[in-house]
Amino acid sequence: MTVLTVPMAEAGPASLTRRTRVLRRLRRNPLAVVSFVVLALAAVVALLSPWIAPYSVEQTDFGHTFSPPGTPGHVLGTDDLGRDVLSRIMLGARASLEVGLLAVATSLIIGVPLGLAAGYFRAWDAVISRFTDLLLAFPFLIMAVGLAAIRGASLGNAAVAIGIAQIPGVIRVVRSDTLRLKSLDFVAAAVVDGASDLWVLARHILPNATSVILVQATVAIPAAILGEAVLSFLGLGIQPPAPSLGTMLATAQQFAARAPWAAIFPGVVIMILALAFNVFGDALRDALDPKGDR
Amino acid sequence: MIRYLLRRAWQSALTLLLSTVVVFLGVRALPGDPALALAGEDRSPEALEAIRHHYGLDQPLPLQFAQYVERAVQGDFGVSIRTGTPVSSMLTTALPVTAELSVLAILIAAVLGVGAGVLAAVRRGHPAEWLANGLALVGLSVPHFWLGLLAILYLSVATGLFPASGFVPLLQDPVDNLHHIVLPAVILGTGLAAIIMRQTRSAMLDSLSSDYVRTAKAKGLRPRAVITRHALRNSLIVVVTIVGLQLGGLISGAVVTEQIFGLPGFGKMTIDAVFQRDYPVIQAVVLLTAMAYIVINFFVDLLYSVIDPRIRVTGDPA
Repeated sequence: MTVLTVPMAEAGPASLTRRTRVLRRLRRNPLAVVSFVVLALAAVVALLSPWIAPYSVEQTDFGHTFSPPGTPGHVLGTDDLGRDVLSRIMLGARASLEVGLLAVATSLIIGVPLGLAAGYFRAWDAVISRFTDLLLAFPFLIMAVGLAAIRGASLGNAAVAIGIAQIPGVIRVVRSDTLRLKSLDFVAAAVVDGASDLWVLARHILPNATSVILVQATVAIPAAILGEAVLSFLGLGIQPPAPSLGTMLATAQQFAARAPWAAIFPGVVIMILALAFNVFGDALRDALDPKGDR
Repeated sequence: MIRYLLRRAWQSALTLLLSTVVVFLGVRALPGDPALALAGEDRSPEALEAIRHHYGLDQPLPLQFAQYVERAVQGDFGVSIRTGTPVSSMLTTALPVTAELSVLAILIAAVLGVGAGVLAAVRRGHPAEWLANGLALVGLSVPHFWLGLLAILYLSVATGLFPASGFVPLLQDPVDNLHHIVLPAVILGTGLAAIIMRQTRSAMLDSLSSDYVRTAKAKGLRPRAVITRHALRNSLIVVVTIVGLQLGGLISGAVVTEQIFGLPGFGKMTIDAVFQRDYPVIQAVVLLTAMAYIVINFFVDLLYSVIDPRIRVTGDPA
């Protein structure tokens, strides 16, 4: 019976106190709080944007093209077709977040099982390593280019391409954490107790690897947001007239000297979104670090 | 050492072969019949059949693959469907541009990144650390093509300090060449610097808290010597990895920068080929990108074993 209580203790009360400790550390870190608030606000605006955006994103107004920021009715000005920049930014940010989450979900769904397998089964390690090498050899732009050429350019395809490109990173962190956890006593105890490999992976290793997966996800989301901006800027992502921060920058480039605001605001929003995720990711990593305040 | 070398060489060769297969099959998965694209006006079944025969498209796939590899090894990547120019000659004009841009960007990134990373690790709690950390976070989060756009808007168009776009070959006029390429290189480099800085900083923090650094301090070495000869040397492996990965990724990573600054490099060639559905060019570009990545990675691994002799024995970065 004693062998049984070991894994229980590891997954039970210990992790509960750990969770409260991590949350407390996050609450005490002003950067974490600020970035969390920014992200929460962005999420709310993105979710509600179809209803709270002041104008329809595709509504053109040729009487009011290139209105500067501060124009009554158009806080952030209008673009070359007289469309409201603020409304387009709100829906563009929504698309950015969508791509970010979709890409990371793709990379986790494929990467986590492969990482677990590579770390747990020696025989699989070599095969999965070659697969990772292969993925790494095709940078995400190339992947996106290929996918766009085969299946057409769209938000979903851009997200999948970015997600595929992020798989190697997921495999790497999950594999190394699995290797570490596998050598710990509670896993050995479970094995001695007769647990199957699948049970050990699902019940003991995966739950304990969640913190590295979480940190990996928070750094992957901003990378995906930037990736979407690049793809849309090049015309390989979200297709106009649907708003995307990247596409907005691409069109704004053509008349940037005349209406710099149309080129500045979307970039600022991309930066704020990515920065908030990166800052929060850093804070989360610090809070999860068992070595404490480093 | 020899065994390690051979194993890495074998792994690289295998990855290279696999990626060639992927590219080959990937291009065949693309929509559109290449024979139809090549045929132009005369689309009679006989003409299409003749084209298929001429390009070996009527052969079984494995045989086509073998022929494709055989030609690619000889540097023959076929002819651009759009312009009729051999892909290899397009590459010889585009690659030097990207190579120059990449090398300059990496140099800027390494100097800035390692410098700021060491500074942030050594000056803990000092305002310099905050500044370096903050700048790195911003550098990581800012879309670099947007920075490029702003740079063109405010440094080129408004003040005329730099040309807004275009390129002059290095051999034709070195000064004018640098004038054209310095802004894109700085923009590209600062983004990479942020990543290098963060990795250098965390590696330096690790080595600074290690026993050998304490020993070095205890035996009375000057702080500068402790930092450069002991801590930095042992952090180098991380830096080398990152720089190597970045260099491999830059071949295609420079795409957007080249696009914005109108540099006629590899990236621009890629994008143009994609929009024109120029399959022979796409195929060559993708294959070369993958190859460059694999070859650079192989050399990075070799460099590892020089920096950290333990790797030769265990075969794993410590």
